[in-house]
Amino acid sequence: MPTGKKTYWESFEETPLYAAIWTYLGYGLLVLVGHIRDFFRNIGLERQKSCTEPKLPNSNLWVYGSILLSEISALYLYIQMLEYYDLPKCEQDDTNCCYITGFVPLYQSWESFYTRNLYRRIRDCWNRPICSVAGATMDIMARETHDHGWNFNLTDKKIHVMNFGSYNYLGFAENEGPCKDAVEKVTNEYGITACGSRQELGYLDIHKELDELIAQYLGVEAAMTVPMGFATNSMNMPCLVGKGSLIFSDELNHASLVLGSRLTGATIRTYKHNDINDLEKKLRSAVVHGQPRNHRPWKKILIVVEGVYSMEGSIVNLPEVLRLKKKYKAYVYLDEAHSVGAMGPHGRGVVDYFGIDPKEIDIMMGTFTKSFGSSGGYIGGTKKLINHLRCHSHASVYSPTMPPPVAQQIIASMKIIMGLDGTGEGMRRIEQLKENCRYFRRRLHEMGFIIYGNKDSPVVPLLLFMPAKIAAFSRECLKRGLGTVVVGFPATPIIESRARFCLSAAHTREMVDKALDVINEVGDLLKLKYSRMELPQWCEDDKNANHLVQQH
Amino acid sequence: MMAIIPATWDMYDMFQAVIQAPAYHLIFEALLIIWIFKLMFSKAYAPNKTILTEKEKEELIQEWQPEPLVPDVPDDHPVLQAMNNNIISGRPDKVMVINGKSVVNMASLNFLGLLGDESIEAAAQKALSKYGVGSCGPRGFYGTMDVHLELEERLAKFMNCEEAILYSYGFATIASAIPAYSKRGDVIFVDEGVCFAIQKGLIASRSVIKYFKHNDMDDLERLCIEQQKEDKRVPKKAKVTRRFLVVEGLYAKHGDICPLPKLVEMKWKYKLRIFVEESFSFGVLGDTGRGVTEHYGINIDEIDLMAACLENAIGGAGGFCCGKKYIVDHQRLSGLGYCFSASLPPMLASGAIQSLNIIIDDPGMFGKLRNNCTLIHEKLSKIEGMRVVGDPVAPIKHFSLSEPSDDRDLDNRSLEKITQEAMQRGLALTPARYLEHEEHNLPLPSIRIAVNVKLTEEEIDTCINIVADSCQAVLSKSS
Repeated sequence: MPTGKKTYWESFEETPLYAAIWTYLGYGLLVLVGHIRDFFRNIGLERQKSCTEPKLPNSNLWVYGSILLSEISALYLYIQMLEYYDLPKCEQDDTNCCYITGFVPLYQSWESFYTRNLYRRIRDCWNRPICSVAGATMDIMARETHDHGWNFNLTDKKIHVMNFGSYNYLGFAENEGPCKDAVEKVTNEYGITACGSRQELGYLDIHKELDELIAQYLGVEAAMTVPMGFATNSMNMPCLVGKGSLIFSDELNHASLVLGSRLTGATIRTYKHNDINDLEKKLRSAVVHGQPRNHRPWKKILIVVEGVYSMEGSIVNLPEVLRLKKKYKAYVYLDEAHSVGAMGPHGRGVVDYFGIDPKEIDIMMGTFTKSFGSSGGYIGGTKKLINHLRCHSHASVYSPTMPPPVAQQIIASMKIIMGLDGTGEGMRRIEQLKENCRYFRRRLHEMGFIIYGNKDSPVVPLLLFMPAKIAAFSRECLKRGLGTVVVGFPATPIIESRARFCLSAAHTREMVDKALDVINEVGDLLKLKYSRMELPQWCEDDKNANHLVQQH
Repeated sequence: MMAIIPATWDMYDMFQAVIQAPAYHLIFEALLIIWIFKLMFSKAYAPNKTILTEKEKEELIQEWQPEPLVPDVPDDHPVLQAMNNNIISGRPDKVMVINGKSVVNMASLNFLGLLGDESIEAAAQKALSKYGVGSCGPRGFYGTMDVHLELEERLAKFMNCEEAILYSYGFATIASAIPAYSKRGDVIFVDEGVCFAIQKGLIASRSVIKYFKHNDMDDLERLCIEQQKEDKRVPKKAKVTRRFLVVEGLYAKHGDICPLPKLVEMKWKYKLRIFVEESFSFGVLGDTGRGVTEHYGINIDEIDLMAACLENAIGGAGGFCCGKKYIVDHQRLSGLGYCFSASLPPMLASGAIQSLNIIIDDPGMFGKLRNNCTLIHEKLSKIEGMRVVGDPVAPIKHFSLSEPSDDRDLDNRSLEKITQEAMQRGLALTPARYLEHEEHNLPLPSIRIAVNVKLTEEEIDTCINIVADSCQAVLSKSS
């Protein structure tokens, strides 16, 4: 049993019943109001403010609408509500509006119901533009809306806030320091692009250096890079498995893994999030029964997992996954997008965290967007695997290599993390992040919030539940100088809307304290302290955190 | 209710009736009741349901041997050789340094020579000192910098569109845009010569894909008529089946231009929504580089969606889509590569803005590029034993054997040798590489020559001479 297993602690506290009921009621009300307003929009009583496909107005629309309204509106509403889930097409569109060109409408009206009636009300909580480095603090450009969220205008005002939303785990999103200097120099030498694919003379010496450094960092035989993290998954997975193979995918895997799996052509089965028993049951049955219908044995079985799940804050139970891998001879694809750099005593991801030899993982994948403050992704593994990908990956053949400045940022930050720069800066950052995570989580537990995830994960989701609280939390925090990310349906289950904090080594203890004060205040204001759980025991091990808690 | 519960005197009548009934009747009814009970408690019909014991299962698990994760790639694979032997240092500009030797570059897709422009680098460095390198988040979560908004606005303005949307990777642009609109059950008509990114987008959309022959409008019309017949048969389904037409402005695999006027005509005639992928025509075709629409003098509003990457002519990174607001905006919530990926590093966005400034300020370069393209096309076509495929004004030329053999590998090797010869003589070329087993419609093996606007006529002459010499050296040896 690996040593890491002893300290593996995760919590997903159950939603309180009354919170669940109120949340459903809240959504119910929003949907009802949405339907009433959609009805008004359809008959022309409310102006259609969303940008939709041009339609020719029907001259009888007004007359028709007012009669309908006065006589059968109540009945109609009821019917429309019932039919909303069955009928893909709204009756109104058919009879009263003809699309100017006779084209089939590009969007079905029910497709955008959620966007129009729910998301639009709280749209200001997302896509906030910033005009500074996304470091420990950032400058948000204030927007204003004159039509309740349909359109936004930028104002000249800037809001300086603490940044607990960006994936800047090790704090390498910096506009000064050794990384920036190195990148500046490389921009002078190489320009900003390579203008060619890896196989078509776009592979520069800097890419070679990067590939070798990553292999050394991960402790694998070889590695290769792709300029976009999302594409690292979606463009490389199809080279690994194909028809006749089976993919086991955690149900909460990232969209890029889902797309990549789908593009392989292999059969895909999902298992419950991080549930080893469910995985084993399904794996066993798959190996025993073979392919459906013809019962031929599967060609290969690939288990696809993420290191840290960015919406749950949970960490994959890697030792157990590896036990199953060995028992059932499956291959493991580990996506360390959120864990590389951020986890483990040397910042080498969950593999390091659990003290596992990286060579046991067949495919090590990760991105540079987060901990390295750059962009792109990598795949690491055996020399055989990487040679195959270099020859046959979609990314090596069809798209350009990484822009040299981006590559240089990775080289520079990776060397710092590895301690190759001769300073202890890398270790300091890793320690700082670890400390911040434990401390932040402990304090939130103490305040009585429901917090999801692993005690060591740098992603901290705080449960908000109700739809109105999503917006209220985000706005109130922003008002008090804290920039956070809030997430609701469809990115989470409908009653599990949450706020998400991403901790960073760039946050000082004072900043974390300040942020906690803000969260505490807003939590009281919005009555968010739902937790009825006993304080988790792991905190007692952490002397440092204990010490500081006593001071408060 | 009363009828269901018999009164006492009814009960008495019933009892009397049972006594008076003949014996065979009672026996028959008793048998029926027994039979019902038997049916109720007997096991369900289950043919051949084999239940494996745990031991048998263990044996099966022990026996199963998966295939190796990846097949072996020999160390002397031509691609690995080419990658390991050609170490490029510094920027791959018009002249680049490979293995310490400086050679003329006709491989990089740097059509406008913007790679290596100092003002672009300066703009990027300025952004670097403001934003750092990475944006550390997707567009929704504090990954939107003001430069992203500015670049989108500038691109939309440049293309005369209502709105543009920026992606962080060229390949992901069209591959995400197609599935954002076209869903299961929809129909997509697509040219069979489209690039790999489009092919992946089509697969991801799970729609019905109908390929028509490359640039063959009659074949497209045939498919449209076929679809019309099908629609008449099931009008209810036709009412919700969206139809799309996906083409490339300038085909990367063939180097020729799509017949856009005819395609637009088809769009209106058969009510198709037309998506044009302009990665190779944006910043190349047209008098001011606005792409294939300008080349044919077609109003951009006739095109539903235009997508292009900024990695070729613009000399940056990423890609964008532009069109009407009601179309483009949809991708902000449905484009996978937009929503779920970190945004473009701001310094690259700044670089792209500066590139746009340059091509707006100096539209003369497009004329120059066209001259270079036609000149090179003309000279290449004179080389014996080889032929050049594509349109004379295209900045990529597919230069292939005029008499290809049946053996694709053999031709590939000859072309590989030609590029090696040329490299010896001071010219960098690259064979066009494809995933041969995965391409929908594999073009003939070729050397892909990229034209740079900065090449002078003398340089072109020298380069073409080198190409001719290398071809001769290789082809005479093999024949």
